[in-house]
Amino acid sequence: MSTQKTSITFSRRSFMKTSSLAGGGLLIGFNLFNACKPNAKPAIDLAQLNYNDFNAFIQIADNGAVTIFSPNPEIGQGVKTSMPMIIAEELDVAWKDVYVKQGILDTNNYTRQVAGGSQSIRFGWDPLRETGATARQMLINAAAVKWGVDPSECTTNEGIISNAAGETLGYGEVVNEAAALEIPEEVTLKDVKDYKIIGTDAANVDIDKIITGEPLFGLDYKTEGMVIASVMRPPAFGQKLESYDDSASKAIDGVIEVLKFGDKIAVLAKDTWSAMKGKKALKAEWKTDSKLESSEDHDKLMLGLLNGNKFETLRADGNVKKAFEQADQVLERTYESPFLPHNCLEPMNFYANVTAEKIHLVGPIQTPEGTAKHIAEMLERNFEEVHLEMTRMGGGFGRRLYGDFAVEAAEISNLARKPVKVVFSRDDDMADGIYRPAIKYRIKAAVKDGKVTGYHLKEAAINSNMYGLIPNFFPAGAIENYQVDVAKYQSNITTGAWRAPYTNFLAFAEQSFFDELAEMMEVDKIQLRLDLLQKVKGSTDERIQYSPERMEKVIKKAVEKSGWGTKPEGVYQGFVNYYCHNSHVAEVADVVLENGNPVVKKITCVVDCGIVINPLGALNQIEGGVIDGVGHSMYGDFTFQNGVPQATNFDKYRLIRMKEAPIVETHLMKNEFSPTGLGEPTLPPAGGAIANAFKAATGKRLYKQPFSKYPELLKGPEKEIIG
Amino acid sequence: MPTYQLNINGESRSIEVSEDTPVLWVLRDHLNLVGTKYGCGIALCGSCTIHLDGIAVRSCALTMAQVEGKSITTIEGLSEDGNHPVQEAWKEVDVPQCGYCQTGQIMTASAFLKENPNPTEAEIKDAMQGNICRCASYTRIYKAVEIAANKLA
Repeated sequence: MSTQKTSITFSRRSFMKTSSLAGGGLLIGFNLFNACKPNAKPAIDLAQLNYNDFNAFIQIADNGAVTIFSPNPEIGQGVKTSMPMIIAEELDVAWKDVYVKQGILDTNNYTRQVAGGSQSIRFGWDPLRETGATARQMLINAAAVKWGVDPSECTTNEGIISNAAGETLGYGEVVNEAAALEIPEEVTLKDVKDYKIIGTDAANVDIDKIITGEPLFGLDYKTEGMVIASVMRPPAFGQKLESYDDSASKAIDGVIEVLKFGDKIAVLAKDTWSAMKGKKALKAEWKTDSKLESSEDHDKLMLGLLNGNKFETLRADGNVKKAFEQADQVLERTYESPFLPHNCLEPMNFYANVTAEKIHLVGPIQTPEGTAKHIAEMLERNFEEVHLEMTRMGGGFGRRLYGDFAVEAAEISNLARKPVKVVFSRDDDMADGIYRPAIKYRIKAAVKDGKVTGYHLKEAAINSNMYGLIPNFFPAGAIENYQVDVAKYQSNITTGAWRAPYTNFLAFAEQSFFDELAEMMEVDKIQLRLDLLQKVKGSTDERIQYSPERMEKVIKKAVEKSGWGTKPEGVYQGFVNYYCHNSHVAEVADVVLENGNPVVKKITCVVDCGIVINPLGALNQIEGGVIDGVGHSMYGDFTFQNGVPQATNFDKYRLIRMKEAPIVETHLMKNEFSPTGLGEPTLPPAGGAIANAFKAATGKRLYKQPFSKYPELLKGPEKEIIG
Repeated sequence: MPTYQLNINGESRSIEVSEDTPVLWVLRDHLNLVGTKYGCGIALCGSCTIHLDGIAVRSCALTMAQVEGKSITTIEGLSEDGNHPVQEAWKEVDVPQCGYCQTGQIMTASAFLKENPNPTEAEIKDAMQGNICRCASYTRIYKAVEIAANKLA
């Protein structure tokens, strides 16, 4: 990893096009997602491009007003604010003068539309800056022509162009001329030290609408004649529909019709309550189609996998077997995690209106294009007939990557030939989920002559294993003999991505293990981590994902800021450093004992995510990620009995609330590295930090999540369920 | 179906719905006041919080019979222009992430501060404990309630 150059000249223009606006002004279109690809090439002949081929725009009116259309799905990660900030910086306009609009999300008109995931800022950094700078250069060029001077003699400041003679022109005064100019071949980007918007606090662009309750979310969307569908799905994974009786359901006021589709039954009603009531009144018989699995079975199966030899090796350095044979000391521990539902507070929902002419889809979705294609194929229709609009999302956490709810809406609307909105109840949302898979890790380390000589990580997971980059995270490269092996069990329970997939539990396992390893070796816990990092410095192994230098700085800052080792008696601390999602993080948990129970009071969080675009939004993501990590490692528990989820609402599934939320003190590393994502990387370390602090407080090491499963440790908080 | 006379945000409304329809769905589906959110349906998440005669209640667990003749305030009626001190504090702190729970949080906080304009830390936390924020913006919610208390004091 090298330091970001402060000034870059781009020459790649292929994703951009400009034109005049009918009512006066300049429109710059660019294809963000195409531009984000490392080797972007225009998909079609450039000369044939029209504005429908772009998915993001800058519009500058002849009165100087700037509108930036953001193409990206907003799930609470703040990109609708931060991505336009990057454009505005290079365009050199005042942020207060910028109006941000959600781009019309429509796969019929805008091609190559893909949800950015947690990589939006990282991949958007260069193209967004380049686009803003290009627009600025075109405005300068237009002013220079008017004045008869060389563009290099002109400067800009907040929408005003000046020349050497002291004359000025506003962007709005040259915008029509600029629209007629060629796109410049090269533009120069600002130096980091000259930033006026990047690095300053900007409020959420939707704040006014959010706090006044304006319709923003999928659940708020409605059209004339729309009906609500409440869907009954098999109550257990492994079951199919045998028969059903809808007579009681049809007798309910407001129920319009009852439809069977596949193994599901949809109750269509005039309003949500009638639909939900209609579903409750359905009587259905289910037959077992495949194994009805229970969490106890999964535990045995995964332990069997860990004890067996059917692994796929993802990375192997040196010879771990030999390292263990020659070791003075060996430590082996097993860590266990449950399934987790996402529990977006806005339950899954989607609107579909399938007619002979087109398929109109509206709702909260992270993968509009894939979902639209799937629906077109399912209904044997042309993709061009699908028109999809995205709403703001009441949380995502990975759940809205999967378009199952939109597919259901389209199926039902196609059968009923009505505009339909599928609405999940909370029970549906929790019981018909696509869960974080349960995973177990076994970690074994060899120590010889006071050094860690071997490290063997084994993963046993339901349905899917860690993705390929994770074996190259810390401590890869730091230990001579190092191996990562994975195995999985194929279940009929649906699983998928959940905020910070795999690392959301792996961080706890590995960082608890390092603490215990230091205890066994009788060395300082921080020093052990720093010593390991020394070996990675100067490494030529290009697979290594993290930077030992950046990690070391983060660790040292966390030691300093958390008052590590200097706390008064009664405050117990736990330490974690972690790399994931391209960011380096260290967290220190402060735990005290109240009536003998450990209570997390504070988390000090140090983050190196490179340049921070919007500190106000960044801190929100960091605090949320940390508290989400604390909450799920403390309370998140989700089990199955004969294929049936054992919790379906917040009476049996506990989410963290205000009283359990610790203070989060955040420190951002100041540097000029290109920015990386913040939606996920602060969540994984939190569980490990509190587990290590609990050990310091109580002497007890935790190996299973949630920690509330250790009743002797956590008597107090359990009693505080809220009504 | 019975007809109910309701007083919502200062307006008198006549609504014909089945008697078991929770107030939440009357607001959202029948009156198009969608600022009141559905989260759990069993009064455990707080997203559907409204004021009933000034007191914060969960509209998902209220029947029409329970609210008839009483005064209902929803987020849409909390202030003229989104300028209630609690809303202003929410802006000042820039609380929301996804934003879905925030109207419920604001309704809980505004009713609480009316009753207790000088709350302690523990009192704020007690009052807000019933409202889940899945994005876990709790530190900012707490701060905004504290700032709103100062504005109201």
